[in-house]
Amino acid sequence: MPLHRQGVISGIGETAYSKLSRKSVLALHLEASLAAIADAGLHPTDIDGILPYGGVGVVAEDFITNFGLRDVRLSANTPLGGASPVAAVQTALAAVASGICRHVLIPIGRNGASGGRISTRLREMPQFRAQAEFELPMGAFAPAQIYAPMARRHMELYGTTSRHFAEIAVSTRDNALLNGNAMMTTPLTVEAHQSSRLIADPFHLYDCSLESDGGAAVIVSRADCARDLRQPLIEILGVAEGHPDSPSSITQRPDLIPIGLDKAAPRAFAMAGVTHKDIDVAEIYDCFTYVVLRQLEALGFCGLGEGGPFVASGAIRLKGALPINTHGGLLSQAHLVGMNHIVELVRQLRGTAGRAQVKEARIGLVTGYGDMGDGSIAILARA
Amino acid sequence: MNTPLPPRPSPEPTVDSLPYWTGLREHRLCLQQCAACGTTRHYPRPLCATCFSSAVTWINAQGTGEVHSWTVAHHAFHPAFKSELPYTLVTVDLPEGVRILAPFRGDSADLRLGLPVRLIFEEILPELTLPAFIRG
Repeated sequence: MPLHRQGVISGIGETAYSKLSRKSVLALHLEASLAAIADAGLHPTDIDGILPYGGVGVVAEDFITNFGLRDVRLSANTPLGGASPVAAVQTALAAVASGICRHVLIPIGRNGASGGRISTRLREMPQFRAQAEFELPMGAFAPAQIYAPMARRHMELYGTTSRHFAEIAVSTRDNALLNGNAMMTTPLTVEAHQSSRLIADPFHLYDCSLESDGGAAVIVSRADCARDLRQPLIEILGVAEGHPDSPSSITQRPDLIPIGLDKAAPRAFAMAGVTHKDIDVAEIYDCFTYVVLRQLEALGFCGLGEGGPFVASGAIRLKGALPINTHGGLLSQAHLVGMNHIVELVRQLRGTAGRAQVKEARIGLVTGYGDMGDGSIAILARA
Repeated sequence: MNTPLPPRPSPEPTVDSLPYWTGLREHRLCLQQCAACGTTRHYPRPLCATCFSSAVTWINAQGTGEVHSWTVAHHAFHPAFKSELPYTLVTVDLPEGVRILAPFRGDSADLRLGLPVRLIFEEILPELTLPAFIRG
């Protein structure tokens, strides 16, 4: 059963993003979800599929209870860490295209700043079991430390530099300043990036994403159930997920450079039937600057090892050939595990992205990246 | 009164990994080798991904290697490591065909891809010995 254009993103919602929400993680989920449902012009009881982000303690049952849902037909998770929200778009699309569901809610909420810290959760996550047993005792705890050897090897092999990483941080910050719901509100310079403290060499502070409180949600609807809804149709042209070899240990990976997106991107482009020059705007998962650079290569916007010169060319700036992370991303808007990237891409394609609007954006893509390099991608278009 | 530091994270060996941790205490870096097809694998796990056999023999790594990549930790994500900052972790290609991540005891400015290194053992706690590397 072909999935191409069988579903749309019908609704998007966000809460305010902050360091201190003073709300429960569940309340953040519900607030963002209600915003997405209202945005679509739906009623909460129209939701018949729920794909919550695993790992924050909120399950489909919470939505059934709070929204009084009577006929939920699908409850599932896509446990790919930061690739989960975009991977959930694939699962939701399969669910609506196959006739299981009509309107699938993909919600997230977290108190990532005021609640549990990232580094303390490692041991409880099965996909990090090997990391926790064999590398955590050596002092490798946090994503910054786990990804740093990938970035270092890329630098040594291809001549990529910290100033290339800075270009990603600075351009992303510039976009955040236009957003209005971004945690970072002052400009960043290359010099400030370079002089910021080292976290895990080669990553400086400003190579690392934020820790945030907030909620965000999107709704995937079956195409023929969305025609009379409130918003312009944003069609799902192509979608895919991919998993790297040796997914649970970067150290043991045959090659430290490839990621899941290297496998997923060609499938998504083939399904979408578009080429790179058709992409007007891209929201690229940015837990770390290097991860953006590597994904630009994996997506095929430049060759392997050419990510540094590509970003240095100015291509990723708002006025560049491939504007990315127009909302400020995880680096400067908020870390909502990339749900905010999907929300922003839909805004861009609707033409409602405010001061960061890419002129005449019609086709765009969004990626997810998570755990130790799982990848996901969705290519969307205004109908 | 000082708040005591949380204990340094220790491994919780499994039935698959116990020989690895026991070997380290005896200053041997033990690797799983498939008893059916001979493929060496790491970290310890139940199945050979080449032939799917669960039969295992354990071999001792010879103790040499080459730097594949590295990072220098400047931020302690766990309070037990704060006193060790900055510390360097190297990803090392072993001649046995697998890699290992371990601390590098030396000047991180010396590091480059392919740098020969040599395995040493560090007794961290009475029940915990960890591998580390120095320049070869």
